[in-house]
Amino acid sequence: MSTASSVLKEGRLPRWAEIALLPAINVIVALLVGGLVVVLIGENPLEVVKVLLWGAFGFQEAIGYTLYYTTNFIFTGLAVAVAFHCGLFNIGGEGQAYLGGLGVGLVVLAFDGQPFYVILPLAMIAAGLFGAAWAFIPAYLQAKRGSHIVITTIMFNFIASTLMVYLLVNIFIKPGQMSPESREFAENAWLPFIHEMLGWFGISFEPSPLNMSFLWALALLVLVWLFIWHTRWGYELRTVGQNENAARYAGISPVRNIIISMLISGALAGFLGLNEILGVQHRLLLNFTAGYGFVGIAVALMGRSHPVGILLAALLFGALYQGGAELSFEFPRITRDLVVVIQGLVILFAGALEYLFKPQLLAIFRRIALMRAGG
Amino acid sequence: MTGQNIPGGSTAGDAPCAAQPAQGHDFAIELRDINKHFGPVHANKDVCLRVRKGSVHGIIGENGAGKSTLMSILYGYYQASSGTIFINGRETKIRDPQAAIAAGIGMVFQHFKLVDTFTVLENIVLGAEGGFLLAEGVRAARAALQRLEREYELQVDIDAVVGDLSVGLLQRVEILKALYRGADILVLDEPTGVLTPQEADHLFRILAALKAQGKTIVFITHKLREIMAITDYVSVMRHGEMVAHRVTAETSPEELAELMVGRKVLLRVDKTPAHPAATVLETDNLAMTDANGVQRLKGVSFSVRAGEIVGIAGVAGNGQSELLEVLAGMQPPSGGRFVFNGHAYDAAHPADARGIRAQGLGHVPEDRNRLGLVSSFSAAEAAILGRQDDPLFNGLILMDERRIRENCLHLMEKYDVRPVDPALPAANFSGGNQQKIVLAREIERDPDLLLVGQPTRGVDIGAIEFIHRRIIEMRDAGKAVLLVSVELDEIMSLSDRILVMFDGIIVGEVDPAEADEKLLGLMMAGVDPRRDGPSREGAQA
Amino acid sequence: MKKIFLAAAALLLAGGAAQAGEIKPAVLFDMGGKFDKSFNEGVFNGVEKFRKETGIKYREFEITNESQREQALMNFARRGGDPILGVGFGQAPAMEKVAKKFPKQRFAIIDMVVDLPNVQSIVFKEHEGSFLVGALAAMASKTGKVGFVGGMDIPLIRKFACGYVQGVKYINPKAEVFQNMTGTTPAAWNDPVKGGELAKSQFDRGADVVYAAAGGTGLGVLQAAADAGKLSIGVDSNQNYLHPGSVLTSMLKRVDIAAYNVFKSAMDGTWKPGIQVLGLKEGGVGWALDQYNKSLITPEMKARMDQIEADIIAGKIKVHDYMSDNKCDF
Repeated sequence: MSTASSVLKEGRLPRWAEIALLPAINVIVALLVGGLVVVLIGENPLEVVKVLLWGAFGFQEAIGYTLYYTTNFIFTGLAVAVAFHCGLFNIGGEGQAYLGGLGVGLVVLAFDGQPFYVILPLAMIAAGLFGAAWAFIPAYLQAKRGSHIVITTIMFNFIASTLMVYLLVNIFIKPGQMSPESREFAENAWLPFIHEMLGWFGISFEPSPLNMSFLWALALLVLVWLFIWHTRWGYELRTVGQNENAARYAGISPVRNIIISMLISGALAGFLGLNEILGVQHRLLLNFTAGYGFVGIAVALMGRSHPVGILLAALLFGALYQGGAELSFEFPRITRDLVVVIQGLVILFAGALEYLFKPQLLAIFRRIALMRAGG
Repeated sequence: MTGQNIPGGSTAGDAPCAAQPAQGHDFAIELRDINKHFGPVHANKDVCLRVRKGSVHGIIGENGAGKSTLMSILYGYYQASSGTIFINGRETKIRDPQAAIAAGIGMVFQHFKLVDTFTVLENIVLGAEGGFLLAEGVRAARAALQRLEREYELQVDIDAVVGDLSVGLLQRVEILKALYRGADILVLDEPTGVLTPQEADHLFRILAALKAQGKTIVFITHKLREIMAITDYVSVMRHGEMVAHRVTAETSPEELAELMVGRKVLLRVDKTPAHPAATVLETDNLAMTDANGVQRLKGVSFSVRAGEIVGIAGVAGNGQSELLEVLAGMQPPSGGRFVFNGHAYDAAHPADARGIRAQGLGHVPEDRNRLGLVSSFSAAEAAILGRQDDPLFNGLILMDERRIRENCLHLMEKYDVRPVDPALPAANFSGGNQQKIVLAREIERDPDLLLVGQPTRGVDIGAIEFIHRRIIEMRDAGKAVLLVSVELDEIMSLSDRILVMFDGIIVGEVDPAEADEKLLGLMMAGVDPRRDGPSREGAQA
Repeated sequence: MKKIFLAAAALLLAGGAAQAGEIKPAVLFDMGGKFDKSFNEGVFNGVEKFRKETGIKYREFEITNESQREQALMNFARRGGDPILGVGFGQAPAMEKVAKKFPKQRFAIIDMVVDLPNVQSIVFKEHEGSFLVGALAAMASKTGKVGFVGGMDIPLIRKFACGYVQGVKYINPKAEVFQNMTGTTPAAWNDPVKGGELAKSQFDRGADVVYAAAGGTGLGVLQAAADAGKLSIGVDSNQNYLHPGSVLTSMLKRVDIAAYNVFKSAMDGTWKPGIQVLGLKEGGVGWALDQYNKSLITPEMKARMDQIEADIIAGKIKVHDYMSDNKCDF
């Protein structure tokens, strides 16, 4: 009857609870379960959390590393989110990021004699273009042939990986070298590190892999937000995602929007290559995506596909990655596998079981609402 | 009205029912002071209801009046916040549907809960298999069902697969299912919404037979005609309260409508004669085959002129939806052509939704939730669906949020949409307000032709009146309106010409002045008595 | 064994006079992790032995992604790690950067050369060890056909293969050697199923001895040989015990000793930078003879092997190193 009744009847939490409280509860529960594991192996969980936080934010280099990982997760999280708004579950971020890196590598290997201001735009375009191109094929198959995008994108991850191996082992490998890697790029092509950039302003910051692509990731958060919620194209994309029949009714082409959203999604994932290849590794190598594409799914789910949420979730995962590495240093008994377990728990609770505690929370909110109404 | 001989208990303003003396054991159901809260919402307020054994008791009220909540409490889906339930004079706790079934209550829902791929028999036995071996229970069930069918005119082929049955038959399966479980009290929730008048008549005959056998029937509806036709007693709900109890024979539709809405309601729509002008839409042998290869439209020809409302009557699923979708550019025709505003469209040159809108078409779709709205969008966003690339709402790159909001506020004000909150998600508006948003959006674009499907489905009486007025104003402003509805009342009162559709063709045209339910009902079943047999040719209009 | 310890001792004595006493050793494992039953685990065994003997604890880290290489080395260095041991050729670029930043601390890397004044680079003459087992394979083969299953196709493994071929041809110039690489990615180090398939196909072509230089993949090769009643040759650690009577021998690459020595020499003050090439002479490579395979080795074979060893050490037999010119013309 009234708005409030539909809110409560249909089980809608207040927006802030949905966006902030629920994810926070999930993270806390994940950490509690993780803490249990830590207790089982005989370490003090409070001490572990302390080290985790210190390792992620305790000193400049730690912050640098945390934000460096965050950069990757912003790219892949946004990629998943944009497709998600169109109702598509793009789990091919890993492959699209891989190809994005290939694009960057090709451009830089070809042009690294040129000045930086020539290389940078070329590398950015290549990263986006290659990622988008890799997403285009599954998008086309979904839009025109109905092949399920989850299946095709995951298959394309494998194809991307095989393609990279072929290229690196047979074409780009530096002769006589053990690892299948290209030559190192000329230094003028490297993205400036944030500590270098701060240095230009006389601010000293400990060296870390954090580089200029972080700023691009932040800019993309804003651009994606504007695109999705404040342009007619985003409106159409969301319409297709929320209600394809309504889109047909309104004369919005699902085919077109599926393809557009996947192109954008692929391009966003491709920018991971910018961070990894041009920002950090400075050479084309295997496995630089290191699962960031998959973590992006958790980031997008946890961030409710909203740029603010994605930023926070990416920061959380960045902190877990960096703080987790620091944990293995401090506690010999906490192996890297245990760190993966803790990260996995966060993904499990925040991603896969995102609504686990919703009924309880809803019950609490109902009770509060009742008390208020009664009182 | 004197309270005591009307089963139902107190009328509005009387003391709560608990204060009244209990009236013995002749009530099948007695609800006392039922309250149900959903958070701050008081969905049922001190509801009292007495249903006499062996009677047909109607419950009428607008959407959201609390009828369904009350029945859900009776059937154990919800627990009442407070209050007591007596079944056959005994206080009964109904914690879940099993308890309700055990107490002899059977429920027939608006949406059937049947497994499409099972046979009728399997569906009926489902959940009440009884016995370790399935075959045993099935044998017993077959015998029991055959007896029930004979007793109550409930003929169904019990070995037919449910997916192949018509809605009328499905409903009989649901009734059989309830009876098989030993129901003495049968609750039917809006049972006629999906039936032809003839099917509805058959249902009423079944209900009469059930009543004659001593069963008690609770009949929930918002259609006054049905209440008047088959109930013995009627209780009226409004805003979660029981506002009145009446003996059906002693009341009138006008009184009931007023009780439901809380004010005087015009049941007939006043309208002046139409002044049709030039032809706006003309279809010529239009055909359409769906994705499964089923031919939905088999050659439909008619025309709509400016300044008239052409109504299409028919039982749902006879091609009306497809006709609207083809005309709105959502589906390509497979044959024939249509001309709208001088532009011709056919299978080779189908209309596209965007293009035909630009040519001056407005479309209020049959199913607003499936087509007309994106439920997660804010009202402001919902109010520009289909106009999202209108330069009016767009800057160079970003949308003009201020204009979009103002547009929504303007529509809300003009169409009395409540609450007046453009930021509220579309899903949070009531059905009537959602429909007003869609209607406002489509009418205010000032189209030359308005396609309207089921404009008042799931809309309360107050809003129905408003929506009907808007549609007539549209006509009076010299626009063409094509109205599709399964509500014969609506078709008869709004249309200037009535076309009847059956099985993908137009069976015939009827002048509203000479139309009655019997004639339309026969035509909707594919028989045109004036021509003495079913017609395969579309009536040229 | 004795020989190896002597070599180690010689190494220690040869070391320059650095500061002795308190050290803060650290070890950085490669992607495979310290329990890879192969290369990393060998290093782990060596540093564990050091810890047990001296009671000095070491820091360790197993990397999970590329950018952690530099981060971990930096972390060790900043905490005063000395010496810092990097396992595997993949650590080289990162070690080069970090070692430059911390010139006062000592670094060591296994399987790669980093040319800095504070870095010790330890490489092995795998071709010599492979030559030995190749010779033994040719002696044991009745068909005159032997096989080689490599892991990932990289120059290092070709180096193994090339040494092996030379050893086979040294004994039987007409012998045929079948060579297969398991793959071109790091996954090829851990694909025992494919390893087994490759070995079987070589058996089908007539091979009766197969040498596996393929990390975890090799376990499949050894299993396939045991199942088919053929002979196999293990690699890196002594794998003779895995299938007694079927594993002809194992080509030993003593990364454990190398790792142990890095820590021990640093403690003793005998550590010195530069390239350590550990060959047969230094006890860095060898072939395994123990109770599990002694029934397979006749006294004549043993005598012949001793002679070959002596000849290699003496320089009478020159084993070509594939990586010196990326060629293997045998």
